[in-house]
Amino acid sequence: MGIVRFLIRRIFTGLIVLWIVATGTFLLFFTRPVEVVARQLAGRSATPQTIETVIRNLGLNDPIHTQYLRFLNQIVHGNLGFSYYSQVPVKTILAQDLPITASVVIGGLVLWLAVGLTVGVISATKARSTFDRVSTVGVLAGISMPTFVLGELLILAVFVPLNQHGFHWIQTGYSGLSKGFIPWVGHMILPWITLATVQAAVYTRLSRGSLLDTMGEDYIRTARAKGLTERRVIMRHGLRAALTPVVSQLGIDVGALLGGVIVVEQVFSLPGLGYDSVNAIATGNLPVIIGFVIVAAAFVVVANIIVDLAYAGLDPRVRIS
Amino acid sequence: MSVTELEFQAHAVESAPAEAIEGRSQWQLTWRRLLHDRMAIASMIVIALMVLIAIFAPVIASIVGHGPEQAFPNTGTTVSGTPVGPGTNGFVLGTDYIGRDLLVRVVYGARISLFVGILTTAIATVAGVSIGLIAGYFGGFVDTVLARFIDSALAFPFIVLALALAAVFSPSLTIVIGVITFFSWAGISRIVRGQTLSLKEKEYIEAARSLGAGPWRIMFIDILPNLMGPVLVLATLYIPTAVIFEATLSFLGIGIPEPTPSWGSILAEAQTYYQIAWWYVVFPALALLITTLAFNLLGDGIRDAMDPRTERIFAAARARKGRRKKKQGQAAADGSAELAGPSAGTR
Repeated sequence: MGIVRFLIRRIFTGLIVLWIVATGTFLLFFTRPVEVVARQLAGRSATPQTIETVIRNLGLNDPIHTQYLRFLNQIVHGNLGFSYYSQVPVKTILAQDLPITASVVIGGLVLWLAVGLTVGVISATKARSTFDRVSTVGVLAGISMPTFVLGELLILAVFVPLNQHGFHWIQTGYSGLSKGFIPWVGHMILPWITLATVQAAVYTRLSRGSLLDTMGEDYIRTARAKGLTERRVIMRHGLRAALTPVVSQLGIDVGALLGGVIVVEQVFSLPGLGYDSVNAIATGNLPVIIGFVIVAAAFVVVANIIVDLAYAGLDPRVRIS
Repeated sequence: MSVTELEFQAHAVESAPAEAIEGRSQWQLTWRRLLHDRMAIASMIVIALMVLIAIFAPVIASIVGHGPEQAFPNTGTTVSGTPVGPGTNGFVLGTDYIGRDLLVRVVYGARISLFVGILTTAIATVAGVSIGLIAGYFGGFVDTVLARFIDSALAFPFIVLALALAAVFSPSLTIVIGVITFFSWAGISRIVRGQTLSLKEKEYIEAARSLGAGPWRIMFIDILPNLMGPVLVLATLYIPTAVIFEATLSFLGIGIPEPTPSWGSILAEAQTYYQIAWWYVVFPALALLITTLAFNLLGDGIRDAMDPRTERIFAAARARKGRRKKKQGQAAADGSAELAGPSAGTR
């Protein structure tokens, strides 16, 4: 009951956020002189006739509120327009890109949480040990490392030498799961490492600090006094409470994840959502960019709902309401 | 007996050296602790060097004799038109894809990086502190609205907005500064708001209010000085984040427009030359890494120096008293995750 009501409420506020994003997008892109908008929608090399057609077909001369309602109506019906470049519907382009971007996101996210939390927990339980010191240095290096620099250095130091010596498993570009799991991993492993490292550093620091804080609490002493094994004290009593700030940080970092994906796709020439939207900027392909902005906003909204559910699952004091 | 004691005290006061015991301010204490931190000193020197390099970039360019946007198709590229390596034909760090001096480009890149990093952090700090103070001090409806605003700015995917803006307006330095500032103030606001919420309940604020001080006086004269420590730490940690922002935007081609050299755009150009020109990637990447690492180390150093618990921890570690006790002390110090700085995520 509680969960259903929570979901309904969150989906409702999520829709409002999406509406605000759509309105913002509309204001940004369509409230400029008709000629300018038409030129951007038609592409840079469009002839005056093409621009005329675009203005007529899209009704750019209509009053602004008519255009606005039509814009919203089209989004609701999943109609995001056509790429002027290939005349392919934007929806189709986004659908083609989605598996690639999902491959990067899911693998990277698993790696980042697994490494971040494991290193963080070991560092916290063995504070001031050699492992802890090494990991602190690693965290600092990771935080200072821009994602794209790490990606380029990995290509330079791993991909290029391996391929020069006839070892071709690790590749750039994309190979779909349909072509086999092993080649897929070979194409994705460097992007995953690149995406995960920077964030893993942040999460190591966060989970270490949080667990150290928790381990000073009275109820941990009580748990130890009960005679529980140290392992059980940490895993059952310490970690559960220590994870709440980590999960709430995850909600904030969803947007950052998207940014990271755009960069990683660019570095490794993975033709996903981020790659295509950056290319769309270079070619002035406005419909694709609008589509991407709206899909990105939807992704952030959905991910935040999931994070909130996880948050309530972890911390019994948080009631879903 | 009481007389002798008084006499003794009087004597003690007179004979005490004039400057033996001097009250030290919080800032003096912090500075002294910072000077004992070798990493912090090293990073301060590195940052100072970077700033000098950025300021004297034209001097370096004139010594080498190559302009930042000047191409040398004859000496700067090989017969097949690829970049030449470090040390060839007077190009200390080699050249880029059209034969421009990489050293001069990287040196000029420091100007953009440091300028954007420091300027955006300064604007974001002023805005973030003001908004955080207002939200925290006034509370109620103002706080609800501002806190929502802070949360949404924190969760917004900044690269997506940068992409949208770049699609409408052509990329420029102004847009880069605007976008980075817009995504930096919220983190500072959140911390300042939290601190203000607890500080405004303190007795001395009540005292100030009972003396007739208005809200603005209390916020900026009574509360703000107590927040300067955390704000300074945060600002130091935001500079490397802003530097990375700028580099990332330029790397994606939506930052500083060509041909102005930026570390990000140099690294973007280098992508085509992995196989033949390692220097094209390594030197700008090193410049970027050294800068961000130095600022991060300095920020961590200042935070440790500000935290009075740090000294206690070191003392405890030295004394090696009971293991258990030590653990708890560390937990208290290490756990100050509140000032963990900007989430690297924001990139």
